[in-house]
Amino acid sequence: MAERQDTDLLFKALADPSRRRLLDLLHAHDGRTLNELCEHMDMTRQGVTQHLALLEAANLVATVWRGREKLHFLNPVPLQEIYERWIAKFEKPRLKALSKLKRRLEKPDG
Amino acid sequence: MARSTFIYVTYIRTTPEKLWSALTEDVEFMKQYWFGVHCESQWKAGSSWKIVAGDGQILDAGEIVEADPPRRLVIRWQHQKRPELKEEGESRCTIELEPSGTAVKLSITHTIEREPSKFIEAVSGGWPKIISNLKSLLETGSTVLQDPYPAGNQR
Repeated sequence: MAERQDTDLLFKALADPSRRRLLDLLHAHDGRTLNELCEHMDMTRQGVTQHLALLEAANLVATVWRGREKLHFLNPVPLQEIYERWIAKFEKPRLKALSKLKRRLEKPDG
Repeated sequence: MARSTFIYVTYIRTTPEKLWSALTEDVEFMKQYWFGVHCESQWKAGSSWKIVAGDGQILDAGEIVEADPPRRLVIRWQHQKRPELKEEGESRCTIELEPSGTAVKLSITHTIEREPSKFIEAVSGGWPKIISNLKSLLETGSTVLQDPYPAGNQR
């Protein structure tokens, strides 16, 4: 698995409202079966299965078998990696600039 | 029975042996990715286990239930510092390493037999940062986060 491929899979997986809805559902309550997830989705069972497979391929969903039931869990590790790679890096200079500005404006002698 | 579980999965480009060592006996390496904290144990079934902070405080303690290097580690895990988390009792953390192409699939499952659980909520905030640092340290030789709560994000 090349780094680029992982990242492409991840962003593709996130680029769909139904898949983001599935992540939200798992965030609200983790460890659900396909049937439980289908109850909240306005689409066919096959549709939900396909979306879950893409989320699993992107490592955003992890599954565990409990007896004959397959339980789906949200795996937030790739989201943390997105945060570090695409958010923290860019927000740092801006936060620094803001706090500098705040300090300058709040200085008693203006 | 009501239970709270979370599962974290990541793929790290390393060998199972190196990853096992990073998760267990290599204390200095652990401090680098675990924000100064490290684990102490003999890493054998039945041996005691604890997480020790930089200042020597014991944060969590328990026992190794299963140790099958470099494949599977199960820890009986109870928080020690914050009373509201300690009173929830023991949790169980299962760490599995599985070769996957040129990488190793690392799965961490943490379960407590109650729902909801403040303990699970508390540890689930930390694990993604620790795992992400561990991955980066093994793959690139440096960590991405030095501090679990960077100063710029606190306010």
